[in-house]
Amino acid sequence: MTNTSRPPVFWSVRRLLGASAIGLLLTSGQALAADPIKFGVIAEAQAIAGASIPQAAQLAADEINAKGGVDGRMIEIVTYDNHSSSADSVRAFQRAVNEDKVHAVIASYVSEVVLALMPWAARLKTPLVTPGAASNEIPLSVHKDYEKNKYTFHGYLTSAALALSVCDAAKDLLVDEKHMKTAVIMSEDAAWTKPLDIGYEACLPKIGLKELDHIRFSPDTTDFTPIFNKIEGSKPDVIITGISHVGVQPTVQWKNQQVPIPMLGISSQATNETFGKDTNNAADGVLFQAVAGPGVAMTPKSVPFAEAFKKKYGNYPSYAGYTAYDEVYYIADAIKRAGSTDADKMVDALEKTDWEGTIGRVQFYGKDDEFTHGLKYGKGLITGLLAQWQDGQQVAVWPKEVAKGPLKFPNFIKVTSN
Amino acid sequence: MLAFQILIDGFAISALYALGATGFTLIFGVSGVLNLSHGAIMVLAAVAAWAAASVLHLDTYLGALLGVAVALVAALLTYFAVVQPIQKSRRIPNEEKEIFVLTGTLLWGIMIQELIAYFFTNNAKTVLPIVEGVVDILGVRTPRNEIFTALVCCLVIGLLWLLVNRTRTGKAVLAASMNPRGVTLLGLELTNIYIVVWAIYGILAGIAGVLLGMFLGVSSYSVGPLTASAFSIVVLGGLGSVSGSLIAAFVVGYLETLTAYLISPAYRTIPALLLLVVVMYIRPQGLLGRR
Repeated sequence: MTNTSRPPVFWSVRRLLGASAIGLLLTSGQALAADPIKFGVIAEAQAIAGASIPQAAQLAADEINAKGGVDGRMIEIVTYDNHSSSADSVRAFQRAVNEDKVHAVIASYVSEVVLALMPWAARLKTPLVTPGAASNEIPLSVHKDYEKNKYTFHGYLTSAALALSVCDAAKDLLVDEKHMKTAVIMSEDAAWTKPLDIGYEACLPKIGLKELDHIRFSPDTTDFTPIFNKIEGSKPDVIITGISHVGVQPTVQWKNQQVPIPMLGISSQATNETFGKDTNNAADGVLFQAVAGPGVAMTPKSVPFAEAFKKKYGNYPSYAGYTAYDEVYYIADAIKRAGSTDADKMVDALEKTDWEGTIGRVQFYGKDDEFTHGLKYGKGLITGLLAQWQDGQQVAVWPKEVAKGPLKFPNFIKVTSN
Repeated sequence: MLAFQILIDGFAISALYALGATGFTLIFGVSGVLNLSHGAIMVLAAVAAWAAASVLHLDTYLGALLGVAVALVAALLTYFAVVQPIQKSRRIPNEEKEIFVLTGTLLWGIMIQELIAYFFTNNAKTVLPIVEGVVDILGVRTPRNEIFTALVCCLVIGLLWLLVNRTRTGKAVLAASMNPRGVTLLGLELTNIYIVVWAIYGILAGIAGVLLGMFLGVSSYSVGPLTASAFSIVVLGGLGSVSGSLIAAFVVGYLETLTAYLISPAYRTIPALLLLVVVMYIRPQGLLGRR
């Protein structure tokens, strides 16, 4: 008969191992339940428009976390500075997904950067939302190859929608009120302005503004004197702008040369609060399209967000700040509705987004629409607004529902119909 | 009308190019240094002048002076922290020192550029003009600031000419550019002459930077193009030749203005670069350079 009894020391070691294993299992189970939801934010940290993106995303994450997160999971923002470079952005995207294991990426206000990231969102099957790029090519690419590119969402208005927004405002403010009849388009040569210019050329004649000339210039232009002189030679009533990479220099030279023609259109840098100071208030009189602005209640969420942002960071957000803030909220909402961070389930849920953000009601165009995953434009959704720099302040002037005052131009501007 | 417009606009931009390139060529002529941090020092001056007015709320004149002072300090720092240690190093072979200085100043320029972008973003900044408003010259509405820019550039270049040709210090600088060994044999300390030249360079680059900030505006992105522009002008005029650089600055300035007005602003810089290629083929030493 063999003795099967074990010495007491053996039992105690076995109990200890068993207890440790159960403890480990329990702990890992708790860790899984509380695993954070990670959003990668790739942005141009050294540009004013880009710097607001990670800041606004962090603000949204803090607010969501303060209310308990998404089903108990906290949101973690992982930021990457892309130095305005597509190559750096691609490396950041790869690192975000492969090493930092983010569940979705919010990236850039530069169209070229987002277009470079789209194939990586497809390859690495990670939802990508841009808060500020405008090129039509982004949603068009999703439409053309839906199965591959469905992970990309266009969280900002397309260039086509921006052109419509500018034309809608120009009709009310310049054609109907000031009886203007002619315009010159002045835009920088970039991916986002090609569809914008096509949009302008299509909608300006419809609202009653005849296009006298169309000037495209290199984004590294520093001397705008010949451009303004050429425009003045055409004697238009208004200059319709499409500028983002440049902004301060043409505005200052417009004022220094006292070009007597008003500028209206897309001027992304003019949406920044610091633009007045950067231009030494040469911006006074400039009319620019925006999706939201300080003190403008596009929705009940717009003003509280702008004020919270200013309180935390010392300045108001750029246009891409508003959209980045909304994006964190509606991606989190999509994850909650999907009940998962699985990429395909998140895409399905994001497609059903109906979220009142800071810039309006966010919904995306569907698979069969031309601009698949682009933001829906129109009344009751997102219309944008037109603001003007007046005495060093941004003042909303269109649409009527949010307008804070009438148009006001500096003395050198002649508001006439030639 | 168009001809007058080209004449007036071309003159202002050419004068600014001339001032920017003069310091660059002076340094090369006297000490053989191609300072690739040139654009960074110009932008630093403009950003300092902007920050003085916008952040510190100083008077425009004081802001401009501060911008020039910052450029002077940056130029001397470039000499003492980057150029002199390389030139005095015993571990770097003499024949490799030039390439080390080129690389050192290039990296120094990138450091300044990144610091500007970090602290002040890469969005453009403009310095508040000292004179505002416009005047009518031969039917061309010209900003007073443009005239002021051209006048200051011409005045500073004139003062530099007087300094070099009519003062003892200037003559020592001139002698050092012709024969450094001869200068040392006469009992003059070559290092002191280099310090004077770098100080003059800092003031010239500072004034050019501040004026550029008032006239067109600058950003951290301007660093590369400004260095490249000064480099092209100096090579076109003949390395080390101040008068060659002045002529080349006006050739480039007017060629760019003509292209912008008569062809398209998008192709502004292309003809000047083509001219540079042609001159390099026909006359590699530049317009007034010595073989």
